[in-house]
Amino acid sequence: MSQATLQRRPLVKKILAGADDNLLVIAGLGSSNWDITNAGDRPLNMPLWGAMGAPVGMGLGLAIAQPTKRVLVITGDGDMLMSLGSLATVAAQSPDNLAICVLDNEKFGETGNQATHTSPRNNGPTDSGAGTDLAMIAKGCGIADCSTVTEKAEVSQLVKDLRGKKGPIFRLVKVMVEKLEFVMPPQDGAHLKDRFRQALLGNP
Amino acid sequence: MNDWRDDIFEVFQDHDIKQVYHVPDAGHSRLIEACQKSNSVRTMALTTEEEGIAIAAGAWLGGQRSAMLMQSSGVGNTINMVGLTKTLRFPFLTLITMRGDYGEFNSWQYPMGQGTPKVLEAMGMLLYSVDKAEDVKATVDAAARSAFHGGQSVAVLLRQKLIGIKTFGKK
Repeated sequence: MSQATLQRRPLVKKILAGADDNLLVIAGLGSSNWDITNAGDRPLNMPLWGAMGAPVGMGLGLAIAQPTKRVLVITGDGDMLMSLGSLATVAAQSPDNLAICVLDNEKFGETGNQATHTSPRNNGPTDSGAGTDLAMIAKGCGIADCSTVTEKAEVSQLVKDLRGKKGPIFRLVKVMVEKLEFVMPPQDGAHLKDRFRQALLGNP
Repeated sequence: MNDWRDDIFEVFQDHDIKQVYHVPDAGHSRLIEACQKSNSVRTMALTTEEEGIAIAAGAWLGGQRSAMLMQSSGVGNTINMVGLTKTLRFPFLTLITMRGDYGEFNSWQYPMGQGTPKVLEAMGMLLYSVDKAEDVKATVDAAARSAFHGGQSVAVLLRQKLIGIKTFGKK
């Protein structure tokens, strides 16, 4: 069983506190989407309802297109496991304005909390994973600044790093498995895209 | 007459394409090198083709146009992500060098090569096809217009007849 003590909702609220026009946020489908929306829906949030495996790539394309803005990708362990190669692609491009935050609860939350590969080995017949360490993978892909956060005492530094430290940075945050209320942003993808571009570029 | 690969690079410049994604590809290699050497284009090597669609979505969110270069064998890797171009309704342009198409010697290339137009159509992508060098420039230009002015998700199939048949020295 995961020993995580951090709760994702108050954590994401802290990460996004005081978000201004300089902060562009992409969130992966499922829990991460509801988390950033719970912190306050805003046009410069791009919460995904599908396209599993897309957030890191989207963050990369956006970071290259908008080098003076801060781009923050918030997603889960299941989504990250589906696009490990994109971490190598990020490392190859090395955008200094990109931060990736993976909230790792070791579960596929949207389908009923089945174990992901980040769950420990030998964790019973239905809850065993491989103990996959996503921060180590990111490091191995060539992202120099990677670390894992597990304690409350580390959160204020985590927030600072995600909001401003020279990128690309990768932060793995171990979070609790919790049953949380769905807090949903608009679902229409074209609308989400248009409002984002309207806010950022002044035209959809 | 220009080499058709140089023609494609010119079209990219004409349409202000700022990001180009690719996997290693013999058919596209000359174009990839032209993009890599250009100061106005950010060229990104991918680990798998589906990354390119996500990156293109991010580029468009940030106000930049992009294009993806891939082989027909890579098309199968992208299908769920192609859905993103429809869901977000963003302009997407990809140029696909065909294998398993015209005189292909490698049987492993046929399933995806023959499936490529069908699966892309099934995903609602607009297809252009070109098999003559002299038609490349106009076709890629038309595709770029459909994408960036018409807001469509567009693929140009560069047929094997155009690219030449890979032989590995076989007769």
